[in-house]
Amino acid sequence: MPHIWCPGCGHGIVLNSLLRAVEKLQLERNDIVMISGIGCSARIQGYVDFHTMHTLHGRALAFATGIKMAWPLLKVIVPMGDGDALAIGGNHFIHAARRNIDVTAIIMNNSIYGMTGGQHSPLTQCGDHATTAPYGTVDSPFDVVQLASAAGASFIARTTTYHARDMTRLLAAAIEHKGFSVVEVLSQCPTYYGRKNDAGDAVAMMERFRDETVKVTADGAVPGDRSGRMDGAHEPVPVGLFRREERPEYCEAYRTRVMEPALEQAQSAARDVSP
Amino acid sequence: MIQRFLFSGTGGQGVITAAQVFAEAAIFGEGLNAVQTQVYGPEARGGSARSDVIIADSEIWFPKVLEPNVLICLSQFAYDRYSPLVRPGGVAITDPFYVKRWQHATSRAVEIPLHDTIVSLQGGDGGSVHGINICLLGALCRLIPVVSLESLQSAVRRRFPERYLERNLLALEAGTSLAHERITTF
Amino acid sequence: MTQTRSGTVEFLQGNEVCAEAAIYAGMRFYAGYPITPSTEIAERLALRLPQVGGTCIQMEDEIGSLCSVIGASLTGMKGMTATSGPGYSLMQEAVGYAIMAEVPLVIVDVQRGGPSTGLPTHASQGDVMQVRWGTHGDHAIVCLSASTHQDLFETMIRAFNVSETFRTPVIVLIDEIVGHMREPVRIPDAGEYELTERLLTNVPRDVDYHPYLPREDGRLPMSHFGGEHRYNVTGLYHDMWGFPSDNPQVTNDLIHHLMNKLENRKRDLTFTKEWNTTDADIMLISYGASARSARHIMEDRRAVGMRMGLIELQTLWPFPGELIRERCRGASYVVVVEMNMGQIVHEVKAAVERPERVFLANRVDGEMITPADIKHLVRVIQGKGI
Repeated sequence: MPHIWCPGCGHGIVLNSLLRAVEKLQLERNDIVMISGIGCSARIQGYVDFHTMHTLHGRALAFATGIKMAWPLLKVIVPMGDGDALAIGGNHFIHAARRNIDVTAIIMNNSIYGMTGGQHSPLTQCGDHATTAPYGTVDSPFDVVQLASAAGASFIARTTTYHARDMTRLLAAAIEHKGFSVVEVLSQCPTYYGRKNDAGDAVAMMERFRDETVKVTADGAVPGDRSGRMDGAHEPVPVGLFRREERPEYCEAYRTRVMEPALEQAQSAARDVSP
Repeated sequence: MIQRFLFSGTGGQGVITAAQVFAEAAIFGEGLNAVQTQVYGPEARGGSARSDVIIADSEIWFPKVLEPNVLICLSQFAYDRYSPLVRPGGVAITDPFYVKRWQHATSRAVEIPLHDTIVSLQGGDGGSVHGINICLLGALCRLIPVVSLESLQSAVRRRFPERYLERNLLALEAGTSLAHERITTF
Repeated sequence: MTQTRSGTVEFLQGNEVCAEAAIYAGMRFYAGYPITPSTEIAERLALRLPQVGGTCIQMEDEIGSLCSVIGASLTGMKGMTATSGPGYSLMQEAVGYAIMAEVPLVIVDVQRGGPSTGLPTHASQGDVMQVRWGTHGDHAIVCLSASTHQDLFETMIRAFNVSETFRTPVIVLIDEIVGHMREPVRIPDAGEYELTERLLTNVPRDVDYHPYLPREDGRLPMSHFGGEHRYNVTGLYHDMWGFPSDNPQVTNDLIHHLMNKLENRKRDLTFTKEWNTTDADIMLISYGASARSARHIMEDRRAVGMRMGLIELQTLWPFPGELIRERCRGASYVVVVEMNMGQIVHEVKAAVERPERVFLANRVDGEMITPADIKHLVRVIQGKGI
């Protein structure tokens, strides 16, 4: 199948794992809606035979919120890039997490704006190079796990394109989870990030995902008392499942706490008026 | 027939509620037409309050009151600002507790002790003036007979929840007696 | 509330009328963000929508509000948002998306003074051109307006009907005066107004469905997104399946379709009210709250024998230029009454035969333009002095 991704791009691996996850869950194609924003990652919706929507840069989660509330039975999956999800779409991201709306957000993190040719993103590590950071970035990156956690997401995981089987398992669990689920996938961009930062080819970059990550324990704790990527790029990046908890889901809460009492109130008022 | 009312005072006195109840009484009780507007914004938050009501037996196009036939002021600030606007032959209604009048050659002045009446109605501690706005309407329906007491009573019934109803109906009643007994005109 | 022969008379703010009329029109999804002077719309819908089984959500900003309305509308719900000028500025990218993806929805813009934060609680009509050209790229847009609460009720229903018929966003442009003012309005009984429901495809499941292949009349039969037919929706130029295309023929056809489906149906989209236009020597043209002052002075001047007429525009876009040209042919002067530095006046000048006879009666100090303001201008035009 012809596609827009460059040779060696990690996004195809994400698509592969996602399709395996959907197959594993035996979901009906007609029950799945995939909503994306703008960027390399956003084009993933063009290659799947679900209900698909390619929206505005950063706004996919807002579109998804409307669709999910209007039709809560649909499975809503929102693939996003790092700039899409956390720069222009950062506000929608934290608010979707806060509401705990039942949407699966996949953040395909290649640390760069690929579609526009290699500018630094809010997940680019401090000191990394990009076309808009010729001297190295001075910005500090977000830690997606910590951000999603503070914002209230009820399912949080991180994996990489090297860990394709883990990715399938985590994506399936995220889709099954009732509430806002976030899966960050470290994905390689050899074309822009790799070249700008002497990171080697796709294989070299994926090997680094293997060698420079550490799996969290079953309860989400990071072994060896490492506190994550904010401390510097050389610390191993924790991957795995960080949080899975039960919390009232937004559409359900709206139905039980707002709509049902309001309908009841309106019906009893109508009974009072009628003779 | 067209009558232009300007209700004014301080935030919290309920003058805007009074204006709305008055307009509703004209529409639903008297079968007249009415339009109500009010001043919004920072000055409507605790500072001064103003609401315009036009009542007519025909269509009303321009909804604002530039020159009232009837001005009601429950604060000195409002009186100083709006009393020059009253139409020649119009009426300025004030409460002497809040407003020190000045002379206006072309309008009539009416003073009603709304504040003192409400305070004595509520036991005389002087702390609360809840109901002063509805008391005002009681007096107003006697002074400017476009809206009847009955219409106001049903408007009050429609507007207030059960627990505030009796208090407001009493205030309304007190207002009508005031108009008969304790008004000072100039 | 009192019962009349048909319907119920209520004493409401214009904003509350928007909310009630939208519910009457079948709107069941609202997303919005608080902004003066439109907030009462969201407040009333937060209370009322769940009572009729609808959904109301307060989003994180105006952009998210309109995006979620687009999402909900695609699934088959009638959706709406409301805002004021600053919020409408933020919505522009999603307005463009709704035009491109042909998503029916209604946006109420309750205008306040601008630019920027401007005058949040005061009257202005400065958003007329923002509504026309706010989003980037060539596009057609529908914008309706009203000056009385009864007309506003009807205009809201009309807005939903037009948006469903043409699969396009419709903007209802009112202002702080109409939005905040209270006057009696008759809420009609169900069934009094005809409601346009979405045109659905009759292509059966598992048969190739072309979501973006217009019928001969320009309309697109829709399949509820998330329903029987799987298809793609995008803001890119797209083919009849909804998949991105930069083929010059596809691009050319799509932009012409988007323009023509509205511009060619201008007659069906033109709503005006006219008073004394047949013999008018001085023709007033106005809309929204300004039209109330225009009506006031027109009646007043007629009473003293002046041949003054009024056209109230209830459709601002597409601009009914031919109608204006026709009606103004016999008038010595045309006076456009609006609360801005002159926006519709330029459209009127472009439409009439003698643009040098077109004048602007305006007010931009945040106060409502008064009948006397218009009267004074007319006197000066006539050489009578103030």
